[in-house]
Amino acid sequence: MVNISTSPHIRSGLSTATVMQDVAIALMPALLMGVFVFGLRALLVILLCAVCCTLTEYLYRRLMKLPQTVSDGSALVTGLILAMNLPASVPLWIPVFGAVIAILVVKQLFGGLGQNIMNPALAARCFLLISFPALMGAGMPAVGNLLGPDALAAFGQRMTTLAVDATTGATPLQMLKDGQSVDLLQAFFGFHSGCIGETSTVAILVGAAYMLLRGVISPRIPGIYLAATVAFVALFRAVTGEPLTGNYLLGQLCTGGLMAGAVFMATDYVTSPITPWGQVIYALLLGLLTALFRVFGSSAEGVSYAIIIGNTLVPLMEKVTIPRAFGKRGVAR
Amino acid sequence: MNLRTFKHGIHPADGKALSANEAIRDFRPTGEMVYPLNQHIGAPAQPVVAVGDPVLVGQTLAQPGGFVSAAICSAASGTVKAIELRRTVSGKEALSIVIENDGQYTPMPGVGERRDYTALSGQQILDIIRDAGIVGQGGAGFPTHVKLTMKEGVQPETIILNAAECEPYLTSDYRLLIEKTDRVLEGLQVVLQIFPQAQAVIGIEANKPEAIRLLTEKTAALPHISVQVLKTKYPQGGERMLIHAVTGRDIHSGKLPIDAGCVVLNVSTVMSIRAAVCRGIPQIAAIMTVTGEGAASPCNVSVPVGTSHRELLAFAGGLKGEPEKLISGGPLMGVAMVSLDVPVLKTSSAILAMPEDEVARWEPTACIRCGRCLRACPEFLVPPMMAHAADNGDLGAFEKVNGMECIECGCCTYVCPAKRRLTQSFRTAKTAVNAKRRAAAAKK
Repeated sequence: MVNISTSPHIRSGLSTATVMQDVAIALMPALLMGVFVFGLRALLVILLCAVCCTLTEYLYRRLMKLPQTVSDGSALVTGLILAMNLPASVPLWIPVFGAVIAILVVKQLFGGLGQNIMNPALAARCFLLISFPALMGAGMPAVGNLLGPDALAAFGQRMTTLAVDATTGATPLQMLKDGQSVDLLQAFFGFHSGCIGETSTVAILVGAAYMLLRGVISPRIPGIYLAATVAFVALFRAVTGEPLTGNYLLGQLCTGGLMAGAVFMATDYVTSPITPWGQVIYALLLGLLTALFRVFGSSAEGVSYAIIIGNTLVPLMEKVTIPRAFGKRGVAR
Repeated sequence: MNLRTFKHGIHPADGKALSANEAIRDFRPTGEMVYPLNQHIGAPAQPVVAVGDPVLVGQTLAQPGGFVSAAICSAASGTVKAIELRRTVSGKEALSIVIENDGQYTPMPGVGERRDYTALSGQQILDIIRDAGIVGQGGAGFPTHVKLTMKEGVQPETIILNAAECEPYLTSDYRLLIEKTDRVLEGLQVVLQIFPQAQAVIGIEANKPEAIRLLTEKTAALPHISVQVLKTKYPQGGERMLIHAVTGRDIHSGKLPIDAGCVVLNVSTVMSIRAAVCRGIPQIAAIMTVTGEGAASPCNVSVPVGTSHRELLAFAGGLKGEPEKLISGGPLMGVAMVSLDVPVLKTSSAILAMPEDEVARWEPTACIRCGRCLRACPEFLVPPMMAHAADNGDLGAFEKVNGMECIECGCCTYVCPAKRRLTQSFRTAKTAVNAKRRAAAAKK
């Protein structure tokens, strides 16, 4: 007997699992840098997030007697992104709790992969940020300067203990908000306090390059988002009359969650528009909101909130940006 | 080189190396010949023979059943055995004329005789094309004389010869272009005889350098025929994509190529026109590629229309093991065959034997909204929105998101990492919308 189905009869080798695998690979440089900067404790948080997200998905699908989807890797990616957004100093129940919020509440209760209206990892982070602000604060300082004399010794110490460094350091983004300047080179490489995966701009860019090369993401959303943020920040600073320096603007790009958010979260397939112009509007809106929150907000950061607010408007953006079909371009519909 | 193309599309593995170097072989089957009366777009043909009648090669078996319809001629000699329902490639049954083949291939008087096309008027050529039962061999089977009949005051500017052959695995057009280059060009000149003001452009994908070399060389002295090399990309041979690439003009589902000043003809169609006009041979042969990783010896064959696929496959060397899927046509737009005991049609292009069915290997999963389908769609559609409407049975929403513009090329389904059967949903929805439109038109 031969098989019967309608055309097409061939499929590309790509699957959801291979796409998720590429995203996970792209996340590795930023996460490894997080472990390097914050020590073994960061690795523990990353593993907890990854395992708990995967486990939550597995158990939910199993208990609800739904087709098992854990092998598509999307829960693992959510776990890695959640870890990226947590400081290494959080108590260990935070990653567990965050994973359950992300996978159970934000993803599965909305219908699972493809149906969630917000990025699960980011929505969970925002939930934790609002509920436990003290625990989600700046967290551990980095092990030391990039090339400081004590760097190696501090690194060795961090890699042999899981204890939390009680001293907290101000994030460079907070320093910028307070009117200080930051060491851009340190910021670019990621040797400063912050969340595990967000500090190293260079590591995030390596991941971005990999995803661009593999065709996983297009530069449209991250490119416009980054440019719009800088432009709106400059505009708002000009409006408020506060000093606007190159250090301040470049600092906005390389510190805080902007780079990680633009590369890994704003580009989330499920929660960003699929139409080309929808993507442009979405990225511009994220830039506007991020700049608003960063310049006028009480907190120095604003990327997470900007993205999840943007997420909720995606269906509207798509509805008004359906492309003209071939042959209907340039003529009235 | 200046390679023209269209936006979006896909680059599947082309599989053409299997059969590209195999010269076209002639095949004269001895089994019964079956001629479904509806092997073209439009009204079914009307039989003009009765059971028991003797027939000769080239004899008209059925005449057009209306203006948009086509005659059917016998490719073998013998006797009419039956006029009955027979299964066709699509799996459906259709009223068919069955010929008991005597294996002699005795031609009708006049078939094969040389004729000087330059002495014929446009109308005379159109009449010959109509009587020869020529239909478009790019797939749809639209009657060629209808396509070439212009409204009062309308003349095409460009005759495009569709030599893209963008479907993977198919090599029959390529073989014709390199083996019968002069005849293809003569066929084009016959068409230009109907439209003396038009220019002919041969649109060919860059992956056929030998054909491009021959065509460029032989058209150098022909002022009205030129060669346009196109980027190798599927579906470059889609009518709208080809017109865009050659002329820069775009048409949608509500328009015809002539609205862009174009007439698009397939290589095999032009060969059939040449055979009918210059040699008095009606459309009784299909140039087919028997190929695929499941075919024992991939090759190109000139097959008499009406031949059983089973007999053709046996002639072509048979199968290598048990294929999971047998396709009539290419892998992207071909039809999966239930059985080999169905006749070759005028529009048949290939038997593709696939050892493994990729469709069966993957279960559809949830859409992850990655947008790859949007970047693949040559029609600039939004497949996830169309699928949402189609799967919910919301035909109004389907039309609103331009669903009827879908050309069913399969690009979205090919690239989808979630392995969703998008094209299948769209085909179903389009059929439903068309049925609704016909019902509404019938009411008026």
